[in-house]
Amino acid sequence: MGANGMRPLLQLRSLAVGHGKEALITDIDLELSTGQCVALIGVNGGGKSTLLNTLAGLLLPLRGRISLDGKDLAGSSAAERARQVAVVFTGRPQTGLLDVRTIVGLGRQPWTGHFGTLSAADVEVVEWAMQTMDVQHLATRSLDRLSDGEAQRVMIARALAQNTPLLLLDEPMAFLDLVNRVRLLHTLQKLARDRGELIILSTHDLHTSLDLCDHILLIHQGRLWSGTSAEVRTSGMLEALFAGAHTR
Amino acid sequence: MTGRNIALLLVLLLLSVVLFFLHLLVGSVSLNMDSVIDALFSRSMGGNAARILHEVRLPAAWTAVLAGSGLAACGLLMQTLFRNPLAGPSVLGLSSGASLGVAMLILARPLWAMDLIPVHAAVVLGAFFGAMAVLFLIMLADGRMGDGVGLLIIGLMVGYLCGALIDVLQVVAPEGALRGFVLWGMGSFNNVVRTQLPWLALPVLLGLVVALLLMKPLNALLLGNEYASSLGVAVPGLRRTIMWTTGLLAGTITAFCGPIAFLGLATPHVARALCRTSDHRVLLPMTIAMGGMLALLCGLIVKWPGPAALPLNAVTSLLGAPVVAWVLWRGKKWARTA
Repeated sequence: MGANGMRPLLQLRSLAVGHGKEALITDIDLELSTGQCVALIGVNGGGKSTLLNTLAGLLLPLRGRISLDGKDLAGSSAAERARQVAVVFTGRPQTGLLDVRTIVGLGRQPWTGHFGTLSAADVEVVEWAMQTMDVQHLATRSLDRLSDGEAQRVMIARALAQNTPLLLLDEPMAFLDLVNRVRLLHTLQKLARDRGELIILSTHDLHTSLDLCDHILLIHQGRLWSGTSAEVRTSGMLEALFAGAHTR
Repeated sequence: MTGRNIALLLVLLLLSVVLFFLHLLVGSVSLNMDSVIDALFSRSMGGNAARILHEVRLPAAWTAVLAGSGLAACGLLMQTLFRNPLAGPSVLGLSSGASLGVAMLILARPLWAMDLIPVHAAVVLGAFFGAMAVLFLIMLADGRMGDGVGLLIIGLMVGYLCGALIDVLQVVAPEGALRGFVLWGMGSFNNVVRTQLPWLALPVLLGLVVALLLMKPLNALLLGNEYASSLGVAVPGLRRTIMWTTGLLAGTITAFCGPIAFLGLATPHVARALCRTSDHRVLLPMTIAMGGMLALLCGLIVKWPGPAALPLNAVTSLLGAPVVAWVLWRGKKWARTA
């Protein structure tokens, strides 16, 4: 399904993100390669979701540019973007009478024809995505009837079914207990490695992500710091982040 | 579509055919089976039975089918667009807007001294632009408030406002014009004559085709605007298309049949309860078929007592209001469309 080797996928050049005129994070210069699981950490209101939404192409950058696989994100249509980036937002959508299999199937939309009919290959991807996120036993249930954690896994399975090189998750671990957080991160890390994807997730769970993510992005006072887990541990960045949080 | 849903759809279509045929038989003059079949297939326009059939019964039956399917599709589109189970052409003030448009053109016609356009064209234009104006207001409110309850309240207020303006117009309007407007306001499938039928059919069929072509992005919209966008849907364009389609459907149908209560709101709920999914690829065809069938049923009940026909709106409300209440009572599950 995907090449395993690391190749540069996401490039951010002098990027500034925010809402309206107010910039939350500025001067982001960053290059991230496929095959890794990246944690995005920062205080509330620091711009984690804003950055993820900008990378997803749902918000326009205030300045600078984002290129994905060498192509400028600003120049691509929603349909093109949908084959490159999949997103899992916080919270669960109200999907009424859609069962889990149909919801995961919606992830195939960027690849299906005018009426969204799933081919045998599409169905296979959907079943694989459900199996990967361990929601196959919920396939005929409605999303309303699931626990928060189960609903979260369904929405992740939907994003996996989209089969994109870049996967963005906004606080996917918010509703999960420790065991399930570790399990989810293991799954995501394995996906990134085996399928050569770039997975970026925002989280408040510092310890689990330091242990299980390849790369850490830290938002601190309007800047984005980047480094491996080991670098983050030894650099004193975390202390700076938390000192800032306390004095605020 | 599963086998069960295909079977359901076929049953609905079969029921519609039966009801359609009953429509041709029942009326102020009863026709017997033989003369109806004879008049249908012989194509001769002579004879009383044939004339009644071709000039009155057939147009009325087709009008019911078109109006019912169109309003039902319109209701489903609005419920998905606004993510609100109580959205529908009559609830969100579209019918009131259409009524105001018609009232302005018909009642105020002598005041404006404009005889440039024929009356029924004025009705169609007035209803269409009235409905579109309200829809535009609702879209503005939706963009600003983005929550379902606030939107419904705005829709209700717009409805009251239009009602009040209509009352004012009725006071200043001349006597003769009033009667026509009041009759139009009670709703009927019987006002469309044979020559007008294409003017109703074309916009409604166009609206239905557009709706059917939107089934895939409508499904994405069930996850919300952001997810739809991340799935490759150009959301602002889709919302505009849905808006134009609902305006076209509700505007045209209201123009020809008057403001019809509940068909648009209740039918998608009944269809949803039957096919047990919100997947538009199943739900939309089911809703369209169900709408046609229910409208035929209502049209038949209207004719049942004999020469003094019941007001159509009374019948749709008597059937529709309990259905909506029942759906909400049964559980939030069916009420949640989006």
